[in-house]
Amino acid sequence: MSEHHDSHHDDHGPEKGIMRWIKTTNHKDLGTLYLWFAFIMFFIGGVMSLIIRLELFSPGLQWVNPEFFNSMTTMHALIMIFGGVMPAFTGLANWMVPMMVGASDLALPRVNNWGFWILPFAFTLLLSTLFMGGGAPASGWTMYPPLVLQTGDAFPFMIFAIHLMGISSITGAINVIVTILNMRAPGMTLLKMPLFVWSWLITAYLLIATMPVLAGAVTMLLTDKYFGTSFFTAAGGGDPVMYQHIFWFFGHPEVYILILPAFGIVSTIIPTFARKTLFGYDSMVYAMASIAFLSFIVWAHHMFTVGMPLAGELFFMFATMLIAVPTGVKVFNWVATMWRGSMTFETPMLFALGFVFLFTIGGFSGLMLAIAPADFQYHDSYFVVAHFHYVLVPGAVFSIIAGMYYWMPKWTGHMYHEGLGKLHFWLSAIAINLTFFPQHFAGLAGMPRRIPDYAVQFTDWNVISSIGAFFFFIAQFIMAYNWIVNCVMRKGAPATARVWEGAHGLEWTVPSPAPYHTFETPPVISESEITAVHDEPAAAPSRA
Amino acid sequence: MSSNTGGYFVPAPTAWPFYLTIGLFLMLGGVSNYLNGHGASMLIWTGLAISLAFIWIWFRGIINESESGKYGQQVDMTYRWGMGWFIFSEVMFFGAFFGALFYARQLSLPWLGGSDVMTNAVLWPQFENAWPTNGPGGVGGDFGIIPPWGVPFLNTMLLLTSGVTLTFAHHGLRENKPRRNVILWMWATVALGCIFLFFQAEEYIVAYQHLNLTLESGIYGSTFFMLTGFHGMHVTLGTLMLLVITLRLMKGHFKSDSHFGFEGVAWYWHFVDVVWLGLFVFVYIL
Repeated sequence: MSEHHDSHHDDHGPEKGIMRWIKTTNHKDLGTLYLWFAFIMFFIGGVMSLIIRLELFSPGLQWVNPEFFNSMTTMHALIMIFGGVMPAFTGLANWMVPMMVGASDLALPRVNNWGFWILPFAFTLLLSTLFMGGGAPASGWTMYPPLVLQTGDAFPFMIFAIHLMGISSITGAINVIVTILNMRAPGMTLLKMPLFVWSWLITAYLLIATMPVLAGAVTMLLTDKYFGTSFFTAAGGGDPVMYQHIFWFFGHPEVYILILPAFGIVSTIIPTFARKTLFGYDSMVYAMASIAFLSFIVWAHHMFTVGMPLAGELFFMFATMLIAVPTGVKVFNWVATMWRGSMTFETPMLFALGFVFLFTIGGFSGLMLAIAPADFQYHDSYFVVAHFHYVLVPGAVFSIIAGMYYWMPKWTGHMYHEGLGKLHFWLSAIAINLTFFPQHFAGLAGMPRRIPDYAVQFTDWNVISSIGAFFFFIAQFIMAYNWIVNCVMRKGAPATARVWEGAHGLEWTVPSPAPYHTFETPPVISESEITAVHDEPAAAPSRA
Repeated sequence: MSSNTGGYFVPAPTAWPFYLTIGLFLMLGGVSNYLNGHGASMLIWTGLAISLAFIWIWFRGIINESESGKYGQQVDMTYRWGMGWFIFSEVMFFGAFFGALFYARQLSLPWLGGSDVMTNAVLWPQFENAWPTNGPGGVGGDFGIIPPWGVPFLNTMLLLTSGVTLTFAHHGLRENKPRRNVILWMWATVALGCIFLFFQAEEYIVAYQHLNLTLESGIYGSTFFMLTGFHGMHVTLGTLMLLVITLRLMKGHFKSDSHFGFEGVAWYWHFVDVVWLGLFVFVYIL
């Protein structure tokens, strides 16, 4: 099939030049924009992390002053979470969800355009604070009062940037959820949907439920600072701890917003390269739904040391540990999927396997932190930094990289270079462990987080960590070269429609590169493209 | 639940959202500068004007598409799901402020008053937990409160009545009653919304001028004005939406079996109504 197979739709083909990208309502164009935006933000946030690691290379203050150091930790987090991981997942959803469910586009294409274009403006507001009197926000990304209320001119810019990011997330989530509920091709019942679609359905629900709560929390910060309210001031009858409760009511589901789509990606990739159907499809769906439900009742485990009643400590400790059950179901299912599979180890599979190993390490350290009495020692130490970087970098970020390697041949019609891809994986996997594993030890030995200086006994671990961080950052240029030259600039070998031998699903039935418009009339779904196989023997289609 | 039956309306490329975002960007940048004491009223008003212009243009475009019959059954269902989830997000936004109210009353104030913990002894040993309060620091000075059974009760009745008149209008539209009756019920609904807002403004004036109840009256003033204020903003928006629907009815828009524009606004209005009932119980009475 030719690349121009639907050129008769000339009434809404792509426009020329820059206006194509400003005006586009096409889910593939907007997916590309989201992914480029996330790509740029990952590098900006990455440079900030290098400033942090440079300063921590040796004890004492040598490169930056403490205020700027604190700005770097704050901005690094805000950029990576709201500018990197979330837009990257939304970009993948833009590209893949309509193709996976057999829809012509997302349900609300103009709103989709709006959701993307808010982001560059929101991050202009946020990044402009680096050049303001008083410096960029330096309170940590959690923005706890009363500390955050000491922010200089940056303060309202940060608050409004977060409001805008919230609007972007909510519009994007409504779009995805409505597409999934309303736009599926006939025969694509809910329990036949690919797991990436399921993961995004649940993620979108979490976004709609929690981003408005964050908006409420930062609005209270704004009125406390400029309009004399007393939400977080004890003298007026409020309570700074109340902010932490409201923030983490958003913040904990947010953690799963950052990981559920990763579960979906890994659940897509492992069956392809194990050449088996996913083990326990139904239990994967129920596990994600359980994790989403539990995410709303565990938030105070971020605040064990704040001074809560004992009953609160116990409730949040046990509820948190409960999450290990559905998460364990998922990890075991991934492993069982590979059991006796005809495995090959192309780059997406390597990153997916890296995810299963390293995310699980992050999960285990999470269980340690869930034990309230133990958390009194770990709290605000580098152990926590090691924990959440294990779930976010070799967790969320590895899954995004895996998804990019996996689907980019479908988008561009050209393969990346497999050797460079494998090199990128091994360098990344080694470097990321060099960076974050020693932080466990530094933290257990008592090194606090968010400080530019430290006692000399922590030096060795910090030296290793800093070397790992620079090593990891440099390795990402291999990835950038590989994607941009081979896929985007189309120097790589042409990709087939199926791309991967073991791949199933509607997205592989269209040519590579995928035409500008796909499934304007709904596809007839053949049984072999249904990736969901249920546990009941009667429903299981026979597939080699 | 419908599914992809083909021919789903995909809009042509458009820069409306982009320009709307520029408007919001200028406005919020301007407000930030203003809050920092740098004065930026030109930015704020320019940004607001651009935003409003493109909200207007965008909605006009949707209405024209709808009236020219471009939306099928499936697009209708998209708007239903979309509006439903949007209202859910609004519920969660109000939830944050209700949560603050409950937390302050059930946890932080009792602790400040010395129940369960002894930390109050080193801070404000004299403070006793009571409601309403402006905290142990007496922030904002002594104040009075609005009694629930006067204007707030009247406002409750006004909003509940507006829900009824709106439902009459909806039934009239569905049953193809004379358009004149439908429009009259709609004007009645708009009027009730306006009267509600008038009394709400009156209540704020009394609070500020006679009761010394302000946004700065400690946690009571904070929760009172933020909750009723955000609700009032939603009533204002809802009234404007009702007005647009009324004017569209007068132009002959909507059919008896296809009028989601009307229903979406009705859903929104009932949502605003339910939030008010929560406010009346938890902010005014209890």
